[in-house]
Amino acid sequence: MKLAELQKKLTTAARLQKPDDRVPYVFEKRIMALIAERAAASGRVLWARGLWRAAVSCVVVAVVCGTVALFTPDARDGGNDLSQDFENTLLASVDQDDSTALP
Amino acid sequence: MERTEAELIKAVLAGDAASFEPLVKKYSPRVFATARRYARRESEIEDIVQEVWLKAFDKLKSFRSEAPFEHWLMRMAVRTCYDFLRGHQRNRISSFSEISEPEDDWLERFVADPGSAPEDADAAKLLIDRVMEKLSPEARLVIQLLEIEDRSVKEIAQLTGWSVPLVKVRAFRARGEMRKILTRITKEKYL
Repeated sequence: MKLAELQKKLTTAARLQKPDDRVPYVFEKRIMALIAERAAASGRVLWARGLWRAAVSCVVVAVVCGTVALFTPDARDGGNDLSQDFENTLLASVDQDDSTALP
Repeated sequence: MERTEAELIKAVLAGDAASFEPLVKKYSPRVFATARRYARRESEIEDIVQEVWLKAFDKLKSFRSEAPFEHWLMRMAVRTCYDFLRGHQRNRISSFSEISEPEDDWLERFVADPGSAPEDADAAKLLIDRVMEKLSPEARLVIQLLEIEDRSVKEIAQLTGWSVPLVKVRAFRARGEMRKILTRITKEKYL
């Protein structure tokens, strides 16, 4: 059998087939609805992405603050605690009375 | 007054998505015709066309108005069809025993006298569709564009994104692949 001839004949048969260009009813509306849906979804995605970024930033700030607080030397160790000074000043007279009341 | 394509594209890029609709309406018949050459089921065809339009909308920024919009869109359509073929090639290799009676008759007539088997017969169309389905995605695309649509190698290179030498190599292999399939049909039936 002549394969080349068969190939040629079948190719011609394919050429003779007119491409069917029918479009389903209101197809363009369907595409536009999908585009609108995707636009709305992408808006939500943008918001979600922004919020996640904000959350990550908050965690980073919290970690930095925690680290700073952890490694900063305690101010009370130096004896300059304001509340202690305040208490001493207020109770100075009481302390004095206590010391003079002793026999 | 009707807006030109360039105006519509400009409006879409400026954020007016509704301006895309006239483009979809105008070019859908061409995209459907292209998709029907590569897929058979109507649901698959609709999926392909839908994907083409969604891609076109997403990538509209990359469209350069120097070339016609139709060319840019058809490139996208052909590449989407090629992706579809690559994704649906599992049922390609099978026996030809399922050839229908009219196809069988047509082949018999061809064997007896090649001139007596008409090219415009429905059986010939069915047979070529069957052969095309057995080809690899690359071969099918090349045969379709080069042999059936009668496009030049340069045009195919532009449509597919392949280089000109690659198109030539794939065309050579595709013809060989087609011959092999035809040999299998004729061997199964007549040897």
